[in-house]
Amino acid sequence: MTPLAAATQLLEVLSATLAAPMFLGWVNQCRAWLQNRRAPSVLQPYFGLRKLLHKDAVLAENASPLFRAAPYVVFGTMVVAAAIIPSMGTGLPMSTAADGIALVGLLATARMFLSLAAMDVGTAFGSLGARREMMVGFLAEPALLMILFVAALLSSTTSLPLIAEGLSSHVLGVYPSLAFTAVAFVLVLLAENARIPIDNPSTHLELTMIHEAMLLEYSARHLALMEWAAALKLFNYACIGFALFLPWGAGNEASGPLGLLLAVPLLAIKLVVAGAVLALIETLSAKLRVFRAPEFLATAFLLAVLGLLVHLLLGA
Amino acid sequence: MNLPVSDLEACLALLAAWGGIGLAGLLRPRSLRFAGRTLFPLGAVCGVGLAIVAAGHLGQPPQSEVLPLGLPGMPFHIRLDALSCVFLSLLGSVSAAISVFSAGYFRQGEGTLPGLLCLEYHLFLASMGMVLLADDAYSFMVAWETMALSSYFLVTTQHRIPEIRAAGFLYLLIAHVGALGILLSFGVLQGGTWQFTFDAMRAAHLAPAWASVAFCLALFGFGAKAGLVPLHVWLPEAHPAAPSPVSALMSGVMLKTAVYGVLRVTFDLLGSQQWWWGLVALGLGLMSAFYGVIFAAVQTDMKRLLAWSSIENVGIVFTGVGLTIVFKGAGLVPLAALSLIATLYHCLNHAYMKSLLFLGTGSVLHATGERNLGRLGGLIHRMPWVAWLTLVGALAIAGLPPLNGFVSEWLLLQAFLFAGDVPHTFVNMLLPVGAAVVALCTALAGYVMVKFYGVIFLGQRREAGLATAKDAGVSERLGMGALALGCLVLGLVPAQVIRLLDAVAHELLQVPSGRWGSQWWLLAPAAARQASYGPLALFALLLLTMLLTVYGVRLLYRRRERRSAPWDCGFAALDARMQDTAEGFGQPIRHIFEPFFRMSRQLPAPDDEHPVYRVTVGDRLWSVLYLPLAQAVHATANLVARLQQGRISTYLTYSFATLLLLLAFVL
Repeated sequence: MTPLAAATQLLEVLSATLAAPMFLGWVNQCRAWLQNRRAPSVLQPYFGLRKLLHKDAVLAENASPLFRAAPYVVFGTMVVAAAIIPSMGTGLPMSTAADGIALVGLLATARMFLSLAAMDVGTAFGSLGARREMMVGFLAEPALLMILFVAALLSSTTSLPLIAEGLSSHVLGVYPSLAFTAVAFVLVLLAENARIPIDNPSTHLELTMIHEAMLLEYSARHLALMEWAAALKLFNYACIGFALFLPWGAGNEASGPLGLLLAVPLLAIKLVVAGAVLALIETLSAKLRVFRAPEFLATAFLLAVLGLLVHLLLGA
Repeated sequence: MNLPVSDLEACLALLAAWGGIGLAGLLRPRSLRFAGRTLFPLGAVCGVGLAIVAAGHLGQPPQSEVLPLGLPGMPFHIRLDALSCVFLSLLGSVSAAISVFSAGYFRQGEGTLPGLLCLEYHLFLASMGMVLLADDAYSFMVAWETMALSSYFLVTTQHRIPEIRAAGFLYLLIAHVGALGILLSFGVLQGGTWQFTFDAMRAAHLAPAWASVAFCLALFGFGAKAGLVPLHVWLPEAHPAAPSPVSALMSGVMLKTAVYGVLRVTFDLLGSQQWWWGLVALGLGLMSAFYGVIFAAVQTDMKRLLAWSSIENVGIVFTGVGLTIVFKGAGLVPLAALSLIATLYHCLNHAYMKSLLFLGTGSVLHATGERNLGRLGGLIHRMPWVAWLTLVGALAIAGLPPLNGFVSEWLLLQAFLFAGDVPHTFVNMLLPVGAAVVALCTALAGYVMVKFYGVIFLGQRREAGLATAKDAGVSERLGMGALALGCLVLGLVPAQVIRLLDAVAHELLQVPSGRWGSQWWLLAPAAARQASYGPLALFALLLLTMLLTVYGVRLLYRRRERRSAPWDCGFAALDARMQDTAEGFGQPIRHIFEPFFRMSRQLPAPDDEHPVYRVTVGDRLWSVLYLPLAQAVHATANLVARLQQGRISTYLTYSFATLLLLLAFVL
């Protein structure tokens, strides 16, 4: 492990963990602007986390140790996921230990613990949320895997940094297979991060929510960790998107420390644009009924498989 | 090992010891203490011994011997090679844990007498071992049938219940239809030499058409034992009927003997493979995986749910087998080795995790007397040991890193992913679709496991009686703990396990060994540039992050916490019936995959005094395939029955006519 690789690794994990709430704040700000509201500050999520962390935790009487452990597991998984996504540099030591398939597995681990924790107290909303989350998950997970497969086939490796390098070294052109998968990826991103049209992060209608319904019983530090993990998940997804579809500009061994330094503002720009686009998509679409969600996700899945077939047919 | 006996003889002695332990059960057939305290632990010791001997023999040249048993002129041939070693160590290790569990599991008055049960159980173990050692068709079939019969008696332990007898009958029927397929397959394999030793079959050169016939018969026969769709119907009936350790043994180990059989026939006895066989196995495997998992998602009986999940896993194993054949037939030997290793790894994984889950349901069943998910819930408070150990199995089978289920999924997906060089464009296009199905099934397995675990162990108690449920005893915990540890070890050091398994790839596919990278903690199949997976590092980082988070939160925001009633959006009158039921949790799957289910709905009219909502989910194949088949058999039997007049003169006429016919034929 070279010092540069270690630095890249540390920088990525820390910046992802610390900047994730700001990215969420930025998306919320854009949404507010687009909806003609006065926007909260981009730092608003930090204020929320600070408030929650300072409160006393209230646990349901029949909450089991699993319920208390889940926020740490979910948060930890998201941090580890951030460690293997090449957002700023491709020389990541951790990526030898976990490739794209393991990334999907990590995200599944988080989802499963979240759902189990939601079922733990045994409220109507919690188990409803868990069921819906798993419904979204079982279609979104293979779709994400197929998206990664297309990229993996294009660069003949499943290691994410190598994929990013392979794709960025290619001349600036659009692979037809990646065009399909990019659409699929946006759909998966929306569904997996509880965004409109699948779920509404700011809803207060209990019957329509998925992610929030699972967190209803959490309070204080546990809730803070869960919300932080959700912000981190959105950040991670955005970075997966950059690694697959906008891989240019990540630092590597060849570009040295300077490349890494340059990658930071570049990532910030990408995030700003992506956040604005995400807010635009959310503002322009209406929330689907829950039972339209499988169709939405099946579309994503089929688009990704189509991307795979296109790659095999055209070799590109 | 430096023993005065060869490894093969040691294995044989251990199998004989199992038989002896079983017979010892007859000494005091009514004594539960004798069987539980003495015989089952002894059986576990034999299992551990078998696992050690077999694993130690991996990578060494095969040993074979002829036993002075059997018919005159047809002695038993036995042989110990890498393939049988892998499955023997699976049998030994998993059965040891199950025996430890069984030592404390069986209760008085559960149908069959404890001593008899002990005999059936150990005979079952010994016959499975014999199947793996057999080196001629005769001893193989004897062992195979012993295995089927002893397991039949184990399934029908509670033979006073009619449903259980019916389930046992269905199992026995399909086992025998399958055995017929295997027997015929051996008949084809001997290739006109009329020598039924496996050595003769290896030497016989079959015409491609006959080889295909032999393969298809074997796939049919072993598929029936493995529970491959559409021969799966016995599995969801027999597994819930059997006592839980027996379900664990059947699902964890017996299904694997069928996989062993397919591998043995395809890669060892049949010299060359045709790639389209692989497509057949692949197709059946994918169909089973998908069919199994969606049915698992809608079950309301916990053991039936696990049985369907076994069908899914068998499907994944056969997908791997199919992939191996396709690659081997196409001449891509390194890829064939990769998918063969994935197949074997999944066999091992499934043996550990599914046995663990079945044992968990056994403890729950004993503590509560309930198999119905609708009457369970909240058991994590009363049964923490069972709950946490089962969680390991549930997470493993859902294919989550860093546990073992993920390793085989990862290997299989790698094999699918880099399959691009198969010289048939059609297959090339088909394989990614297969990868998509595998990915979908794994994700659905996660869904199934959230339902399974969440409904049984989490939430509120659905019945008042659950408040007094007792946690499992020491030996039950030990058995489950050993299996959970196995799941963890198989998940964390896959590279070491694969180094052992590689002997099989070396033996069956003649690939050079040492293609697995040099670092002991890193799983790197082909060139490390392609892909690698290091679960130990991943797990360490995960643990470190979690600990740092806990520490950080404690240090910075040390705050009190208190307990209160659940919030539930301010709804005060919360009760256990408001949480999701098993039916409710399966509803999205029922909705999305509706065409695959045969559903009958009973919905009340608006003016019903006592409204009843009932949805029953049935297996479409049962009505499409099995009922017509049963009717056809019945009709044929009726036709045959017309010959039977019951008068001697008629029968004499038949004989006379036959004689005339034969005479005419001879002359």
